[in-house]
Amino acid sequence: MIFLFAGFAALLVASSLLVVLHRNPVTSALFLVLAFCSLGGIYLLLQAEFVALVQVIVYAGAIMVLFLFVIMYLNLRQDVERGVQTAIRRGLGWLVGAVLLAEAFALIAKRWQVGPVSGGPEMLEGNTQAIGRALYTRYLFPFEITSLLLLVAMIGVIVIAKGRGGTAAADDSAEEKP
Amino acid sequence: MSGVIPLSWSLALSATLFVIGVVGVLVRRNALVIFMSIELMLNAANLAFVAFGRSLQSLDGQIFVFFVMTVAAAEVAVGLAIIVNLFRLRETVFVDEVNLLKG
Amino acid sequence: MTLPLISLIPALPLAAVALHLLLGDRLGKRGTALLACGAVGAAFLLALRAVFALAARPEADRTLVEIVTTWMRAGDFSVDISFLLDPLSAVMILVVTGVGFLIHVYSIGYMAHDASFRRFFLYLNLFMFAMLTLVLADNFLLMFVGWEGVGLCSYLLIGFWYERPSAAQAGKKAFVVNRIGDFGFLLGMLTLFAFGGTLNFTRLFAVAPHVFAAGGTVITIATLLLFLGATGKSAQIPLYVWLPDAMEGPTPVSALIHAATMVTAGVYMVARCHVLFRLAPVSLEVVAVVGAATALFAATIGLAQNDIKRVLAYSTVSQLGYMFMACGVGAFSAGIFHLMTHSFFKALLFLGAGSVIHALSNEQDLRRMGALSSRLPWTHGTMLVATLAITGLPPLAGFFSKDEILSSAFASGHFGVWLVGVAGAVITAFYMFRLYILCFRGSSRLTHEAEQHLHESRPSMIAPLVVLAVLSAVGGWVGMPFQAGGHAFERWLRPVFEGGPAFAPARELSHGTEWALVAVSVTAGVIGILTALRLYLQSPQTATSLASRYASLRTLLVNKYWIDELLDAAVVRPFGAFSGWLWRFWDVVIVDGTVNAVGYALEGASAVLRLFQTGFVGTYALFLALGVAAMLLHFLRHG
Repeated sequence: MIFLFAGFAALLVASSLLVVLHRNPVTSALFLVLAFCSLGGIYLLLQAEFVALVQVIVYAGAIMVLFLFVIMYLNLRQDVERGVQTAIRRGLGWLVGAVLLAEAFALIAKRWQVGPVSGGPEMLEGNTQAIGRALYTRYLFPFEITSLLLLVAMIGVIVIAKGRGGTAAADDSAEEKP
Repeated sequence: MSGVIPLSWSLALSATLFVIGVVGVLVRRNALVIFMSIELMLNAANLAFVAFGRSLQSLDGQIFVFFVMTVAAAEVAVGLAIIVNLFRLRETVFVDEVNLLKG
Repeated sequence: MTLPLISLIPALPLAAVALHLLLGDRLGKRGTALLACGAVGAAFLLALRAVFALAARPEADRTLVEIVTTWMRAGDFSVDISFLLDPLSAVMILVVTGVGFLIHVYSIGYMAHDASFRRFFLYLNLFMFAMLTLVLADNFLLMFVGWEGVGLCSYLLIGFWYERPSAAQAGKKAFVVNRIGDFGFLLGMLTLFAFGGTLNFTRLFAVAPHVFAAGGTVITIATLLLFLGATGKSAQIPLYVWLPDAMEGPTPVSALIHAATMVTAGVYMVARCHVLFRLAPVSLEVVAVVGAATALFAATIGLAQNDIKRVLAYSTVSQLGYMFMACGVGAFSAGIFHLMTHSFFKALLFLGAGSVIHALSNEQDLRRMGALSSRLPWTHGTMLVATLAITGLPPLAGFFSKDEILSSAFASGHFGVWLVGVAGAVITAFYMFRLYILCFRGSSRLTHEAEQHLHESRPSMIAPLVVLAVLSAVGGWVGMPFQAGGHAFERWLRPVFEGGPAFAPARELSHGTEWALVAVSVTAGVIGILTALRLYLQSPQTATSLASRYASLRTLLVNKYWIDELLDAAVVRPFGAFSGWLWRFWDVVIVDGTVNAVGYALEGASAVLRLFQTGFVGTYALFLALGVAAMLLHFLRHG
């Protein structure tokens, strides 16, 4: 199990590094899919089966398709990254990243030196069943609010993407009327 | 069970993933890649949730992951719409060519 | 019988104000006028209904209190928005809504060509609301709301034609002078609360005899402060100076606010607090003396004024003096009686003057009028009735009320006050007939242009004049003297004024004395009238020669005793100089200096900070990440 974890972890780190490093946005997006899938594997190891599957379906599936669609819709080429400013920003970015990582590791080493957790109690019902029960009882209101949030986001996206009045879309609808 | 993954391992992985996301945001200029990096950071947080939930033997962590995913979905939709609109207006997705925030 | 909805009476004009504001010019002139007059007319009908309901109750039970809601509550201090209907406020609401309605109707014609038609009626309705709140309030604080509200509306309406500097100046003057009085009112109110523990009229008047020692310092100071408020609002010495200038406003405003209703608020307030004033004989004495002094003083100024509205303004000041005189000698019901009749004939006089001014294309100078009686028959007839009424000739309204005031003064032993009142009556008759003759009789002194446009006012303006003329003629009959147990008006007000523990019934005069007093006051009026006729109609040269013989006296009167100039030199200029110093040194150097220093410091700091605002998201993200790193470092070290 530990080996599996190490494997997934290595895959995850490698692919997410490639997301950040690769010049081509399409490649980046594909590596992100890989990263999400390996994260799903880690969820499985952590006995979060429902989250793992949702991760693959929603994240690696739906959300990433949206990303790829937009990238291709905009027809982007490879990024050109040159110049002194870019170099400075890169250097600073990596530096800050390194500092953050060091601090995070130090924190983890200092605070959570907990040993391996003993295996959880035997679940009487499946993970998905338990989550469903919790969502529809204790977390019912937050759950309903998320549906509202999605609706608002949907409306927002339509309004934003439609652009201001007098665009082609508006003209089209005007032509359709008669 | 031959072995249980220690909490600190998962947290270290989560931290690494998060920092990779931070670096991505800082070094890239393509708004789409920055967005993907933000997704990486969100997933790092999710991983921490699940790991803690596992360690505390509680379902709440996973429930929170579910909510984070919903918010992330909404955020991606809105963010991508903004990027599309930005591209229409400025013919670019490079954040260092846009400084509308300058007062 | 269902209780009348008292709160609806002030609420109607307020609703009209809201509608004026909401609907704006969409109503059109006709709609605006209909809304404004309709609201006030409906308020009048409601007031009538309420008063009838009140009259139907037994005499001892004629007090209706309607609590709308609790306004504020802090500890054991609590004030309600609640209205009190008793015979006193009943008289007031009838006068306010009745005369107010007639003036609203008149204004439709008078203001027809004004660009700010809607604003005018908006202010008028707002004024009606404030005035009704004032007279219906059942505690000092709500009364103060109305008190300030009418002050505000007065300011707005005096300065209605604000593009004229004199009008704006007059509005400001009225406001500032009224502030002084309001300050006194507020202090008096707080004093009463500090000692009496409540602001509610009924409760305060009930505890007053136990809390305040009769004639004690506290009650004397409190009532004098209240009276200071009354002198401000009701234009008495020393705060009368704003009222003549207030004539800059449109004439219906002068009729409504500065003759019939608002300026009587002070009299109403003193009458309302009669329990307190009776506990402070010194204050009552002050009220009587100030009233008598104002009555005579203002009347003498009125002798020499040439602006038709200013003559009426000084006449108003003088008549208000009579009302305070009545209150001061303890004849509160006589004061209220005169308040009512005065509101009839003075509103009529102002509206008639407005009609004349309207007919003469905004000419207000008496020296350019004359011989208008045949050209403006309706205006002339109604004005004559009002003039006779104010001079106090029987059987017109003014006779009964003025006679009652004078006989009360005589009966209570204030012979000086009575003498001043009689002298004032002579002068009143004189200057009123001077006005009448200069305006309607004699030879025409109209300018050619005014002659061309001369026309009688439209029927919608004449109708209120006629109604008011009828009221001026017969309105006094409710106070027919020589009746056993007092006349009808007095009996109506008796439950209000005779409940007080400090009440001492006035000395009854023998019928002979009473007849003699009537004869004196009628004679006073007749003497004034005859002198005016002789001087201005039969031999105008006598007037001229008299004027030149007593030139210095005349200059004194024309210049209104130089009171305005005196105030200017003694108060306004030093105050202005002091304010100038405050402005140049304290405000510019210290206050502005501090503020500017802060501003410059911030500007300098911002110039540095501005460098960080690049507008690029990447920069911001970098700072964000740095902040997170710093936070983590903090946790590492102290966590």
